[in-house]
Order: sequence, then structure tokens, then C-alpha cells
Amino acid sequence: MTNEALKDFIVTCAPGATFTESKQMVVAIIPQNDFFTLVKKLKESATTAFDFLVSLTGVDFNPSLGVVYHLESSELKHIVCLKTSTDDRINPILDSITSLYPAAELQEREVFDLFGVRFNNHPDMRRLFLDDEWVGYPLRKDYVDTVNIIDLIK
Amino acid sequence: MFIYDFSELTSKIHAGIAGSFGEGLLTTTIEMTIVGIVFITFFAVLGLFLVYMERKVCAFFQCRLGPNRVGPWGLLQTIADFIKLLMKELITIKSADQFLFNVAPFIVIIATMLAMGAIPFAKGLHALDFDIGILYVMATSSLGVLGILLAGWSSNNKYSLIGAMRSGAQIVSYELSVGLSLMTIVVLAGTMQFSQIIAGQETAWFIFRGHIPAFIAFCIFMVASTAETNRGPFDLAEAESELTAGFHTEYSGIKFALFFLSEFMNMFVVASIASTVFFGGWMPLHIPGLGGFNHVMDFFPPIVWFFGKTFTIIFLMMWFKWTFPRLRIDQLLTLEWKFLLPINLVNILIMALCVLNHWYF
Amino acid sequence: MVDADITEKKDTVEEYLINMGPQHPSTHGVLRLVVNLRGEIVKDLKPHCGYIHRGIEKMAERNTYTQIIHLTDRLDYLSAHMNNEAVCLLVEGALEVEVPERAKYIRTIISELSRLASHQLWWCVMGMDLGALTTFFYGLRDREHILDIFEENCGGRLIQSYNCPGGVMYDIKPTFQQKVKECLAYFKTKLPEYEDLLSGNVIFQQRTKNTGLITKEEAIAYGMTGPSGRGSGFSCDVRKKNPYSAYDKVTFNEILRTEGDSLARYKVRMDEMRESMSIIEQLIDNIPEGDFAAKMKPIIKLPVGEYYQRVEACRGEFGVYVESRGEKNPYRIKFRSPNFANLSALDYMSRGEKIADLVAIMSSLDLVIPDIDR
Repeated sequence: MTNEALKDFIVTCAPGATFTESKQMVVAIIPQNDFFTLVKKLKESATTAFDFLVSLTGVDFNPSLGVVYHLESSELKHIVCLKTSTDDRINPILDSITSLYPAAELQEREVFDLFGVRFNNHPDMRRLFLDDEWVGYPLRKDYVDTVNIIDLIK
Repeated sequence: MFIYDFSELTSKIHAGIAGSFGEGLLTTTIEMTIVGIVFITFFAVLGLFLVYMERKVCAFFQCRLGPNRVGPWGLLQTIADFIKLLMKELITIKSADQFLFNVAPFIVIIATMLAMGAIPFAKGLHALDFDIGILYVMATSSLGVLGILLAGWSSNNKYSLIGAMRSGAQIVSYELSVGLSLMTIVVLAGTMQFSQIIAGQETAWFIFRGHIPAFIAFCIFMVASTAETNRGPFDLAEAESELTAGFHTEYSGIKFALFFLSEFMNMFVVASIASTVFFGGWMPLHIPGLGGFNHVMDFFPPIVWFFGKTFTIIFLMMWFKWTFPRLRIDQLLTLEWKFLLPINLVNILIMALCVLNHWYF
Repeated sequence: MVDADITEKKDTVEEYLINMGPQHPSTHGVLRLVVNLRGEIVKDLKPHCGYIHRGIEKMAERNTYTQIIHLTDRLDYLSAHMNNEAVCLLVEGALEVEVPERAKYIRTIISELSRLASHQLWWCVMGMDLGALTTFFYGLRDREHILDIFEENCGGRLIQSYNCPGGVMYDIKPTFQQKVKECLAYFKTKLPEYEDLLSGNVIFQQRTKNTGLITKEEAIAYGMTGPSGRGSGFSCDVRKKNPYSAYDKVTFNEILRTEGDSLARYKVRMDEMRESMSIIEQLIDNIPEGDFAAKMKPIIKLPVGEYYQRVEACRGEFGVYVESRGEKNPYRIKFRSPNFANLSALDYMSRGEKIADLVAIMSSLDLVIPDIDR
């Protein structure tokens, strides 16, 4: 599917989607409410058939917290980048795509561990790398840890 | 045939002791003590030597040198290791069953030593000469499994328990094959007594006299006895990569050394049974009809023959261990119950047929 | 890192939990697996990661792009060169810098030598895990030849840090081509030995056949790439899909098998070793003359935007995702690690298998734990 056709498909499923310019692939910013249905359609529709979750990345967009998904199709060989975010920094919640891609289970746990974003319908939402008693979410931009992080720019 | 009979020496010693102390319980006790001390010393020295041999053989298979710093060619390496193990702290585990935990290594050692008592090292040089020699050896070597099960159970450790259970199932299954393959030779020899079996091999060794069935019995015996001793491709009871030492995980210091030594001594016992029953024990290689050749063979002392054959078979067992990957427990048990046992039974029938029709040499 | 109460539930009294703890001879690194067993059968498996979590992604947010290259070495250290290459390609792609041909050839040759060395290490450890302890020594002995080449040319045996944005750090030594050819000729005589020792051994085949089955659809769903994914038929070789460096100048096969068991993954890696040797042979005599690096500015700032670069590391697709806001440090950098995806499939693959099979499955997946934990 060409990039234009892909953009049209995304806009039909998620009317609030916006696109940024990127030379490599289509990058779409999807509002949180439409996200799960869009991904489900992208996976199940025969024209797109995105069955391979390449990467799931948590990003602190400052001020919102979000996740960037790279999806690829093993048959049709196209790749798309989807972004979604939430403005709530105290209790950020997004929808989990574990039911569509089992690969997302550990990756979403990692995002929770490092950014604090909880995912609805995740089978096992707990920290992955850090202790269960750890306070704070290290990869956020406003994370302060005077013990472990040496701030060189003073 | 000039072969020194050790029973002259033993009867002289007996006469000497009986002369001082009279026939009776005291003489018997003194003789048994002497035999015990000789065996324990032999056990220790042989154990040390076998550990050294294993390390060197393993090193040469892996294209490296092995121990070569402590003593000439590294001969004193095992003694150094033994001293180190003696000095190590014996870690006592609070939640382990103390009595069983301490007794388990000794059971294994005792089983091995009992079995070694019946093996003839040269003519007349053995501790016991039962007329049911083979049955006795099989019975005593099966006591070893008790020690392993107790060790795994009393350690209060899941890994040890898994290892011990696996080992228990394995040893009990393979005893059948060991027994049946030895029975094949008993059918050929007509007796279970070790000295008679060896005497029967004066013309030629049983593996040549019994041709095909004896050869099949030998192959089955080698596979089954490697499994009996938890060696080689059948060492999943102590599979380092899976269970970090299995049933002897919790043992340290001298108790671990006892388990370790008993594995090598079991290997020696099994190899010496194989060499006695199939290859003539201390009997030199005789080819019927070549009198001059036989006379030349007789010049080598029987002890040299015995140890030569036994160490060759031990080398074969070490070769197995360092070449093959490990079998899984269900594959191991399948091998025994579905393959070795039926082949064994058929083999005994064939041997019985051969003996009845005089189809042997 | 004390997980005092294990939250996994047990269904019946006959099941028990066993801990293949962070220190274990066959987990190849610090990975803790809590295995729910029923007798010898694995019911359930939960990996506990994080024992070697070093916060590389956070550290990288304060480093320049040249410094990040040295951090990527320490992820999957057996494909260190390819990890470096991913970051360099990303920077070069973003700045639209043309890498000289000579540098491309050198990068590809060293990548394939790394792949060969990594697969040799995998082979020797797989034998050791299954009980054939001698294979460990044979594999390491043969790997030394490749490590000597690395040491002479790149300065490091395991982690090279030889790449830099624009090309490679210094030119290859005059003896490089001859040494590589000697090494390949030597290894060609050894590979049949490896096949005899392990692949042809009936015990080994019984241990690995039909264990750890995963179908192609499941492999894609779990994101398994690399030889583990190709063992199930998932055609995911980045060298074919998005060729980079000198891969478009060589012809090689993508090894695919359909069985999806441990033996298939084993065979895929053995065949990949042959393909790597064939790629090196095609390139080694034709290294073009020229510069070994393009001129780059001393301070590298990527234009605003986001970039994703993928390379075929030894264990799968290694991806680097960078969001740049015009600074000399990336705003967010993420390493898509192949071992992380392969680990998530371990639970699925080992249900219903025995413990001994679990060890075989883990060896056939070839996990390197620092890559999982980053």
C-alpha cells in the first residue's frame, strides 16, 4: 500500500488523526480514544495486514506522555508509525494492544516501569526492570534522583 | 601354566595369625581388619588415580593439557584437591534431615566397597569367593541407589529432589539390563562363581567363545552399566547445566568428596566386572592351538592383565562421557524398557540355543 | 533485587515453583525464570528481568551521538559491531552523508565476521547445555582466529567500537585480507566436524526435534526475528528487506525452515554460518580503494524529526529509534532489542515441555541478557 493510501485508510478509521512529515514512513498521531480500534483494523484488514509489532516505545513528549508504535506487515512489506499520548501526568492510562500482539506484553510493562503509563486490559501490569518498591519513573524528563544520577550540566 | 596362585600367600598369612592367636573369632576379626584396611587404602589410591586419569583424558579430548603443574605431569593434583576438600567447611543446613543427610554418602561408599570385595584381581587374590558371585555383586551395587535417594530427599531442596528421583528411576530400570546381560554369560559359563568363570576362559575369552550373543551382551552391558553409574550420556541426575549438581548440590567438603569418589569407584567396579566376565579377568589372552603364543602371553603377570583390561574399559566409558550430549529422562527410560530389555531377552534365548547345540568355541 | 513474595499462583497441590535463578549455568547471563512445574512438565514460565538494567537509554539522552556508539557496544555484546553500525547508519541517513564504498565494504566484512564468531559461541554453548561438554572447547578454539583479526584491526576482541558516523575509525591493516582468507579456509575444514559432532548425533536430534514448537503466525505475533524467527518460516532478514552497507552487492540466501522446533533453529544458524562465509568471500577481494570515512562535523546535530534504523544483528532485528529536537543529544533514543522479543515467546514455547527441553529451547533461542535489560 502506498503512503497516500495508508494515510487515507488511517483517516477513515480515526478521523482525528494528524500526520507529521517523515522521509522514512507514514507517521500518524492518533487520539487516544480511537487508537485501539484503529490498530485492530490495521491488523485485521486484508489490505493493510500489519501483523508484526516491530517496536513499542514510551516517550515523554513534555507535557504529555505517550507511546510510539512501529507496525510492519510481513506479507505486504509496508511499515507505519503510530503515536498516541495522554496529557494526564499523574495517572496516565492508555489502551493495551496485548490482545492483538502478544509481543506487546513485556514491552508495555517496560513503558509502565520507566514512564508510569498504565495500560487497560493488560494481563500483568507491574514493573519489569526495577524493584516493585521503586518510587518514580526514571525516563520521564522531570525525574530527579540525586543519588544515582550525576548532573553534569550545573 | 605358570601363574602364581595367591591362595598360597593368603593361607600362609592365615596360618601365621592362627598360630599366634588360635583358630576362632579373634583370628577372623584380625584377618577381616587387615582386609578392610587393604581395601580402604586401595580404594583411596585408586580413586585418586582415576580422578587424575579422568582429568587428563578429558583434557586431551578437548585439545588442551589438563593438570600438569602439581607434581610431574600433574600426578599430585588429586592429592592437592583432596587436601583442599578435607579442609573445607562442612556447611550444615538447618532445614535438612541431619541424620539422613550425613548417612547418605556413606551408604554409597559402603555399597561400592562391598561389591569390590568379590572381584578377583589375580588368581586367589580376592576377598570373597561366593558360588553366587555375580548375583552378590549385582545385589550390593544396587544398594547405592538408596544413598542417592536419601541424599536428594534429605537436602530439602527442589533441585536435589528432582535429581534424586530421576536417578532412582534410572538406576532401578537399568539394573534389569545389567543383570540379564550378565545372565547371558552365566548361561555360557554354567556357573556364577567368579573364579570358575575365569577358569572357564582359559582356552579363550568368553566374548570370543560366545561370538554373536556374547558380543551383543557386552554392548548392552556397557550401555546399561554406564547408566547404572550415572556416567556419560546418562548423567542427568547431576546435570550441571540444568540442575546445578542435582542430588549432591547441598554437600560440601569431605561428603562431596565421598560422592565424587564413589562415582569413580563404581565405574571401576563395573569395568572390572565387564573385564572379568567378558574378557577373562586376570586370564591372559590365549588363542586355542597356538601354544607358543599362549606361553608368551603368560609371562605378563595376571595383575597387569586385569588392570590393563579394566582401564581400557574405563577409558571407553570416559570417551562416551566427553563426546555425547545428555539423554532426557523419558528418552533414557524408553531406551531401557522398549529397546534394551527386549533385545536382552532375545539374546538370552539365542545364547541358550547356542549352548544346547554346542555352537560355541 | 529481592522479590520477596512471588505473585504467581499455583493451581493444584501437585505443582511447585522452581527458580532458575539469576546464577545458573544455562541461562547465559543474569535472567531469573520462575518456572511452575508439575513433575517434570513446565506449566508456566515467568521471566524476571532487570538484573543488569543499566539505564542505557537514559544515559544516552545526555550523550552525543558519537558517545552513544560506545554505549550500544554493551547491549548485545556479541553483535557489537552491528549495533554500532545501526547508530552510525541512522546518523548518516538523517544528515544525508554519503559513506565511501571502502567503508561500506569494511563494515560489512566485519559484521559478517562478528556474525560468524557469535554463531560459533552459540554452537559451543548449545552443546555444553545439552551435555556434550567438549564442544565448548572446540568452538572457542576456532573463534580465537576471528578475535585475533578483530584485535589487530579494530582494537578490541569482543567489543570493537570501530564504527563512527561517516565510516570507520581507521583503515584496515595490510594483512587483513590475507588473515581473513586464512581464517575462512581454516573454518571450512572445521564446520563439517561440527556437523558430525552435534548435528549428526542421534541423541542431540532426539533432544531438539519437536521441542519448543512455534508456528509462523505465532512467531510474527511475538515479534521473533533473526534465526529464531526464520526457523519458523518468518522471512525477516533485514539484509534482504532493507539492504544497507554493502549487502546489495552480494548474493546470499535467506535461510528459512518451516518446522519451528529447536532443531530447525539450530540448522538455520549452522547454514547462516556458511552464508556468512560466502558473503565475506565475495567481498574480501574486491574492497575498493578510497577513504575509510567521510568528513563529518565535530558536533553532530540531527535535524528535528524522528528516525528509525534497523540492522540484522546476530539474533534478530536490532532497531534504533531516535526522536531529535535539533540538539546534539537525542531527545529520546530507543533500542529495539531482538532478544527482548524472543524472550517474550519463551513462555509460549515451553508450555508442556520438560525442564531438559526448556534448557534446549533457551539455547536454541540464543538469548543474550544485557540486550534484554539494556
